[in-house]
Amino acid sequence: MNRKIEQADRIKLKWVVWAMALLVAVITVNNTYSRPAKSDRALVNWERPASLNDSIDKKTGLIIAPGFAVVSTTCVRCHSPKLITEKRATREGWLATIRWMQQTQGLWDLGPQEPVVLDYLAKNYAPKNEGRRPLLKTTEWYKLNN
Amino acid sequence: MAGLSLGWGLFAKSSKAATRAVYNSAALPDKSPLPAWKHPDLIILSDKPINAETPPHLLDDAITPAEKLFVRNNGIMPVNVDAKSWTLTIDGESVKKKTVFTLDELKKKFKHYTYQLVHECAGNGRAEFSPAGHGNQWGNGAVGCCEWTGVRLRDVLEAAGIKDDAVYIGYYGKDTHLNGKPGEVPISRGVPMRKALEDEALIAWAMNGKDIPAVHGYPLRVLFGGWPASTSGKWLARISIRNKIHDGAKMNGMDYRLPIHPIAPGAKIPQDNEHFRIIEAMPVKSLITYPKTGAQVTAGKPLEVRGHAWAGDLKINEMHVSIDFGSTWQKCTLKEQRNRNCWQQWSTQINFPDKGYYEVWARATDSNGKMQPMLVPAWNPGGYLNNACHRIAVEII
Repeated sequence: MNRKIEQADRIKLKWVVWAMALLVAVITVNNTYSRPAKSDRALVNWERPASLNDSIDKKTGLIIAPGFAVVSTTCVRCHSPKLITEKRATREGWLATIRWMQQTQGLWDLGPQEPVVLDYLAKNYAPKNEGRRPLLKTTEWYKLNN
Repeated sequence: MAGLSLGWGLFAKSSKAATRAVYNSAALPDKSPLPAWKHPDLIILSDKPINAETPPHLLDDAITPAEKLFVRNNGIMPVNVDAKSWTLTIDGESVKKKTVFTLDELKKKFKHYTYQLVHECAGNGRAEFSPAGHGNQWGNGAVGCCEWTGVRLRDVLEAAGIKDDAVYIGYYGKDTHLNGKPGEVPISRGVPMRKALEDEALIAWAMNGKDIPAVHGYPLRVLFGGWPASTSGKWLARISIRNKIHDGAKMNGMDYRLPIHPIAPGAKIPQDNEHFRIIEAMPVKSLITYPKTGAQVTAGKPLEVRGHAWAGDLKINEMHVSIDFGSTWQKCTLKEQRNRNCWQQWSTQINFPDKGYYEVWARATDSNGKMQPMLVPAWNPGGYLNNACHRIAVEII
């Protein structure tokens, strides 16, 4: 009797392991394609990225990552996405920017979308430490007749 | 969860209509947001609002041509502007009599003046601040010096009558807020009366001898040379004479303000008027406008280098260049100022000692003896007033 129960449990366990493996595989595949968060789904024209460049949205220049669609609808409704892509800040810094827009620019309360926006900005547009003066960005040399 | 994730790809692919709806309200258009007559090499920093800077080598003219002047808008430009029915209202707590002038009346009733005035975005050079300041990450080219024709603000304010308690003026333009809400003002700034009553403070209808282009404020704008360009309101419709510091949009918090006491890079302080002061005259600064950075020049021949220098309400006393990162400085030839609040031209010939990579650094000194710093100056949350020396790369071959 006990043996039969054990055997049944083992069979159940096998199915559980298979189910778990399938779940892990699905999640891995999903993550590979850098999908936006659940709430973004209906809004993104998603295609499988062929290279790193494909993770930049062609229309807005924003990095396609979780939170992208919320950011591209919320922030870009009023201003250029370049105000995001040019700038870098910590999560705290981005929150201060949101508060400034709410206090002075008529931005609405983002509610549950606020952490989604902040996660996206803090992860994808984090500060770079460039010191007191970065090097000159001279890449195009040209001949000058002096 | 797995089911939802699996289904998502299929669902998203069938939602192109929703995607289009999103992007219709979104930003990057296929075409430049600037009018076609603008120089194609202007760098577009934002298309909503329209913000574009000029690469320094395009600013070589003594008088900045319209096609090369930077664009900094805060809201959406007015459409269907009719100059014939355009009016300017002078009102506020400290006006003796609220007065409305048509554009034609302004032209007929008051004496005309022409001045060449520097106007520079307070955030010019912001891109070099670390951590990044608030707003567009401007390089060095958010500056220009055009010739403006109009009437003195002072004459117009005095015609309406200025009460003794007047301390500030504030402008209102016809541009509309980015968020589309009617009645919301994108920007409404001003200056203290002492600046408003100066000879060079203009209400202008012409830029470089022609109607002001739409993107620069047609048909009327106010101009305060040497002060943050945000004080020089476009599409000017109203000026209020105030009995207190003007409290319009972008006059408070950290907008166009600096911490009263210097703070460490990235430090947080309350964004209120107790901790921030309004930026007034812009600091000493210069640009190398010739040659364009990246020049490869033949060894043994001198290189001509030139540009402009300016300093808010002051003049430039001296101009120097260095090709050894500040170890030694060579004095430049400097032209006199054409009028107050106009930039000055400088030039020099540089002999390079050897072949190889050089940087030419330019440093102006104002009439109070203040020099441009070689490093990015005091950090501030708004990323304003970076007047660090401009530099270009040169290779001697």
